[in-house]
Amino acid sequence: MSYALEICKLYKSFPGARRGDEPKQVLANVSFQVNDGEFVSVIGPSGSGKSTLFHLIGGLEKPTSGDIKMQGRSVVGEQGHIAYMPQQASLMPWLTVAGNIELALTIAGVAKAKARAQAEEWLSLVGLAGAANEYSHVLSGGMQQRVSFLRALLSPQRLMCLDEPFGALDALTRMHMQTWLLSLWEADRRSVLFVTHSIEEALLLSDRIIVLSAAPASIIHELHVPFPRPRSEALWSDAGFVAMKQQLYELLRPKSEVFT
Amino acid sequence: MDNKQNRKFLPPVIVLALFLLIWQAAVRIFDIDAYVLPSPASIVKQGLNDWSSLLQHMKATLGITLLGFGIGAVLGFLLAALLHIIPGAKAGFYPLLVLTQNVPLMALGPLLVIWFGFGMMPRVVLITLVTFFPVVVAMLTGLTQCDPKLMNYMRMIGAKRAQLFWRLELPSSVPHLFSGLKIAASYSVISAIYAESIGSNKGLGYYILLKQRGFETAKVFAAVAVIVMLSLILFGAITLLERMFVRGRVPSTSSRLRRKKGEEAS
Repeated sequence: MSYALEICKLYKSFPGARRGDEPKQVLANVSFQVNDGEFVSVIGPSGSGKSTLFHLIGGLEKPTSGDIKMQGRSVVGEQGHIAYMPQQASLMPWLTVAGNIELALTIAGVAKAKARAQAEEWLSLVGLAGAANEYSHVLSGGMQQRVSFLRALLSPQRLMCLDEPFGALDALTRMHMQTWLLSLWEADRRSVLFVTHSIEEALLLSDRIIVLSAAPASIIHELHVPFPRPRSEALWSDAGFVAMKQQLYELLRPKSEVFT
Repeated sequence: MDNKQNRKFLPPVIVLALFLLIWQAAVRIFDIDAYVLPSPASIVKQGLNDWSSLLQHMKATLGITLLGFGIGAVLGFLLAALLHIIPGAKAGFYPLLVLTQNVPLMALGPLLVIWFGFGMMPRVVLITLVTFFPVVVAMLTGLTQCDPKLMNYMRMIGAKRAQLFWRLELPSSVPHLFSGLKIAASYSVISAIYAESIGSNKGLGYYILLKQRGFETAKVFAAVAVIVMLSLILFGAITLLERMFVRGRVPSTSSRLRRKKGEEAS
């Protein structure tokens, strides 16, 4: 059985800042899988090595030991296998909205004309046709993130990696973005690995949640999210949802807070 | 738009007009000799009298300026790109490049004449050498200082080295390139004038030298005015190009502020 993503016994440590310093262990024995068409969230305290995990999957760095496989093939140190949405929209300011989407697709190997056509088709599909020829600096933060998500969604790679994509947005925009993403994703089930700080966000969006410990990160819990799809914000007040939220909150609470 | 332009240009124009008026009056009141300090009016008059000669020399200056500037800009652009792309090249060459800028033009000019003769060659080479440095520095800064967020994104989606250069580093260095070109433009006019004063029989540099020796101070001033205009035109042309290439993409701080104010007002 091959998975969209398979992380096997991954360890990563960085050399200490000065000579003689202990190497800094960031990931310790992390193993999990993402099935085809599954939405998996990784949640953990800040500084728990989530970005390092993404850099390893993206091929920017190599693990100290362990393996990363996609569709059964090891991709350690190889770039270009994932569609990616970073925390900040990271649109090229010298390109229009359509141009930015086209850029992402051409780098993934799509022919220029086809990339352009797809960008324009999807922008109008999600009601952003009017913004196609705008430069990113005139767009609001939420709009920029929509473009950034579309760019990842249209990229041909089978696995999408979303790195805290709504972390920089205000609460209200964030809620809109979550339901927007949910509606698009549920129509076209891609394999997704989603990193977030937000417990509610992970519960609302995911099929499965992987909870990481503080550094060095290892998996302390894995949770199946049983709510049927399509989902909506109505879930927020569901008793099961609230109970799971409480459970995750307990898991993520820093140890020092026990005394307060 | 017209109003804003007026507001920007009006103050220096008023100051300049006042300055010229005081100058004119001072020459009249204190009865200053024309070879020491001619009045603005006589500078204009003498300049117009000698206009055909001035125009001819201006054309010669403009010719070598554009040629030297063009070659310098292209060489600077290519050198910056090479130093950036070839690993280790910047570390090896850049400090030496900075050292070469300490060679005084006074020493370099006559040497170039010895090496390349009395033709156009030594002048163009001098302008090229002066012009290309600010372009290299600005361009290298632009290439190395592109947004780390964008760099991370491009690498995560699997951009190759060549794609990083053409689709990220080069476009993000365009605003830097233009600020380098603007500095280079004013340098190129000044170095053209200097080059013409050491081994030439035409151009505004030669004209100034000639008129100075003949104590025709008004004509020296007239030539200076023409040189200033030449510089301004070159600067303006580059600014225009910059607007064509950069407008709508990276807003300047002032326009961003204006938009913010607009948002607050609405």
